[in-house]
Amino acid sequence: MIQYLIKTALAAALAFFALLAIAQEPLVFDSAEQEERYKELTVELRCAVCQNQNLADSDAPLAQDLRQEIYKMMQAGKSDDQIKQFMVERYGDFVLYRPPVKGNTLALWLLPGILLGVGAIVVFFTVRNRNRRLAAQSEEGS
Amino acid sequence: MIGRVLPIAAFLLLAVLLAVGLTISDHKSDLPSPLIGKQLPEFSLPVLGRNDELVTHEDLIGEPFLLNVWASWCPSCRVEHPLIEKLAASGKLKVIGLNYRDEPQDAQAWLRRFGNPYAVNIADVSGRTAIDLGVYAAPESFLVDADGQIVFKQIGAITQEVIDEEILPRVQNRGTTAK
Repeated sequence: MIQYLIKTALAAALAFFALLAIAQEPLVFDSAEQEERYKELTVELRCAVCQNQNLADSDAPLAQDLRQEIYKMMQAGKSDDQIKQFMVERYGDFVLYRPPVKGNTLALWLLPGILLGVGAIVVFFTVRNRNRRLAAQSEEGS
Repeated sequence: MIGRVLPIAAFLLLAVLLAVGLTISDHKSDLPSPLIGKQLPEFSLPVLGRNDELVTHEDLIGEPFLLNVWASWCPSCRVEHPLIEKLAASGKLKVIGLNYRDEPQDAQAWLRRFGNPYAVNIADVSGRTAIDLGVYAAPESFLVDADGQIVFKQIGAITQEVIDEEILPRVQNRGTTAK
C-alpha cells in the first residue's frame, strides 16, 4: 500500500516537472530533422552571458531569447551558416565553439599540435637516453 | 642536458602564461564587440512609458551620443548611474537610454527614484534590439558618432576613467570633425 502511494507520488512529481520543462519553451518543429538541426545549433553556439555554457544548456534570459531567435530563423528557412553568421555579427567569433582559423585564433588551433610534438620529442630523447644508460650499465655488469 | 633544462623552461613558460592571465583577468570575460566601426543597427521602438511614440535609429543620428543599456533589475546600473548623470549634466555628450528587458512601470519608478539623465529612453521590452547590438550583460554603453557609427563599447558599469580616457576624447576627435 505504502509502496503504491510512493510510486504514485513519484510519478505525479515526474509528470509535473516534465510539464514545467515543456511550458518553458513550447517549440513546434515541422520535422524531426529540423528539431535535430535546432539541437545541433544550440549546442554548438556558446552563451555570451554564462560563457562556459552553450545556448542549449543555459537558463540565462538572453540564451532563451537567442534560442527563440534561432528557432524563428529556422522557420524562415535560413541555413545553419546564415544563423551562425547572424550570431557572429553580433557577438563575435567567441560564440562559436569551433572558431574559424584566422590570425588571432592561430595559436588556439596550432598550439595543441605543437605541444604534442614537443612532448613526443621529449619522450623520444628520454627513452633513448635511458635505454643507452641501461645498455651501458648491463655492459658494465656483465 | 635536455632533461635539466626542459623542466625549467616549462616552468618559466607556465609562469609567463600565469602572469599574462592574471594581468588581463579584470576584463577576460569582456568580448570584443564586432559592432565597433559598424553603423547603429536599425530599430523602431517605443519611448519608455509612451507606447504610441516610436523612436527609430534615424531619429538619433546627427550628433554623437552615448547609448546606455540599463534595466531596473540590474545592480551595476545603479552603481554607474551617478556618473551617467554627471556626464549628461556636463553637456559634453548626449545620453540616450535603452531600457533592456524591463517592466516599463519598474523602469519609470527606478528613474523617479534615482534620477533621469536620459535625453530619451527607448523601451526594448523583448530585448530584440539589444540582440542586434550584441548586448549580453547590462549595463553596456555604446558611443555613437554623428554619422551613426559605433566607435566604442563599454561592457559593465562605466567608470570616470572610461569617460575621461575612452569616451570624451573620441567625442572631441570624431564627433566634431565628422561631416
